Amino acid sequence: MNEYMQMKRKKAIKFGIVSAISLIVFFSIWYICTAVLELKPDYILPSPVQVLEAFIEKLSKKAPDGATLFGHIGASLQVALSGYLLGAIIGVPLGVAMAWFRKVDLFVTPLFDLIRPVPTIAWIPLMILWFGIGLGAKAAIIFVSAFVPCVINSYSGIKQTKQVHLWVAQTFGASKRDMLFTVALPTAMPLIFTGLRISLGTAWMTLCAAEMLASNKGLGYMIQLNRTLGRADLIIVGMLTIGFVGTLLTGILNILEKRFVKGGRRG
Amino acid sequence: MEQNGRLKPIISLRDVGKIFYSEHKTNEVVKGMNLDVSENEFVVLFGPGQCGKTTMINLIAGLELPTSGEVDVDGKKVTGPGPDRGVVYQRTSLFPFCTVMGNVEFGPKSRGIDKKTRRETAQYFIDLVGLQGFENTYPNRLSGGMRQRVGIARAYANNPKVMLMDEPFGHLDAQTRYMMEAELEKIWQKEKRTVVFVTNNSEEAVYLADRIIILTNTPTHIKEEVKVDLPRPRKYSDQAFLKIRRQIEDICESTR
Repeated sequence: MNEYMQMKRKKAIKFGIVSAISLIVFFSIWYICTAVLELKPDYILPSPVQVLEAFIEKLSKKAPDGATLFGHIGASLQVALSGYLLGAIIGVPLGVAMAWFRKVDLFVTPLFDLIRPVPTIAWIPLMILWFGIGLGAKAAIIFVSAFVPCVINSYSGIKQTKQVHLWVAQTFGASKRDMLFTVALPTAMPLIFTGLRISLGTAWMTLCAAEMLASNKGLGYMIQLNRTLGRADLIIVGMLTIGFVGTLLTGILNILEKRFVKGGRRG
Repeated sequence: MEQNGRLKPIISLRDVGKIFYSEHKTNEVVKGMNLDVSENEFVVLFGPGQCGKTTMINLIAGLELPTSGEVDVDGKKVTGPGPDRGVVYQRTSLFPFCTVMGNVEFGPKSRGIDKKTRRETAQYFIDLVGLQGFENTYPNRLSGGMRQRVGIARAYANNPKVMLMDEPFGHLDAQTRYMMEAELEKIWQKEKRTVVFVTNNSEEAVYLADRIIILTNTPTHIKEEVKVDLPRPRKYSDQAFLKIRRQIEDICESTR
């Protein structure tokens, strides 16, 4: 056991070194191209050091785009989470109901199939017309983008329920309702979480697109505005922040998944 | 049956027929089946593959209803599944999202038994099948033999009058299979139930059965019955054991 742990640690260190080298090489090349060779002017490609400086400065400074970095993060999170949570709260139960009740399936599916192929971004003009450029329009667009994968994956999750499991529950005297809650939903849990993860990704992507088109605060707005100002350093700061916050949200979802998905992804 | 004639049968099939209808053809799987099983009797249904053995189990379990005739369990007509009949399935049918304990206590939990009582019952049967220490393990961490043990404990924990077993050891390797057969017999001796056990393995049939029902190809009916009077636990290599085994294999051969 001890030897096994030692071997495992050795391997982890080895892999860690490879990953570290990748980052070091990337930033070195970037640094050499910009700060040393000065291939491009600063306003097109700043050096990593300049980006870091811009980042530190942006933590407390509102100029030139009207909010600190945290201000933008806060605005984006507010929009993304309200749209996303709404999409999940409506989408997951709807998918479950469609898969479990045949009548719901027959009723909803034609409508759903009609709406599903419409790209989320195509909703933006209509939503702006209805809700303006405030929180409402963007939350509504993100709602649409999060809603669809939630429905589809919850639906297929419930459909994965094995006949033999339903038989077992039936011979134990479980009612149809019991079977939904004790057999079908636990079976669907892994795919429901897949849906939540996919829709989190699309929600976050859609958010940036929506903010670039119509907004006055938020990370998408920040990178869009700084293009017009020729501040590539702040664009990169914004992009890295978008990536980092997205990773963080996925991480939180993974922790939740570990709590709710029992017994591994396959039986 | 003659010996147990004074006991009233706990399972009784009267002229049972089952036809499956599909778009282009009708498939008659069971035809004119008459069968009585006494209390605490171990009956093995033995027959060729695809002969409707699983359908027989489903008919008694109430998961399928007969197209003609009647199935009675404990004097009542079967109209659907019920907790008086526990089923152990062929392939692993454990809930992958429940621990061993969660699986075994599933039945009592469905019937609304309070937590303390059902935990005690579940623990008793987990111990009985030799899985103490694995209560909090998920099925994906168990071997095939261990999963079937959980399946048996799960069926027992609901305290059914009748245990229906559909080739429970069919996909286990030979070694594990012998072990599970011996184990099942021990469990059954300790916790007697009426058992209907399906297999296509003659050795398994002779090892476990009080009575072997040999079935024909579809539409299935009873070809012949063989009583097994050997003392338990039986030895696979005994002359008497091998003789019965040869006998049922001969009967089965002549079916084809």
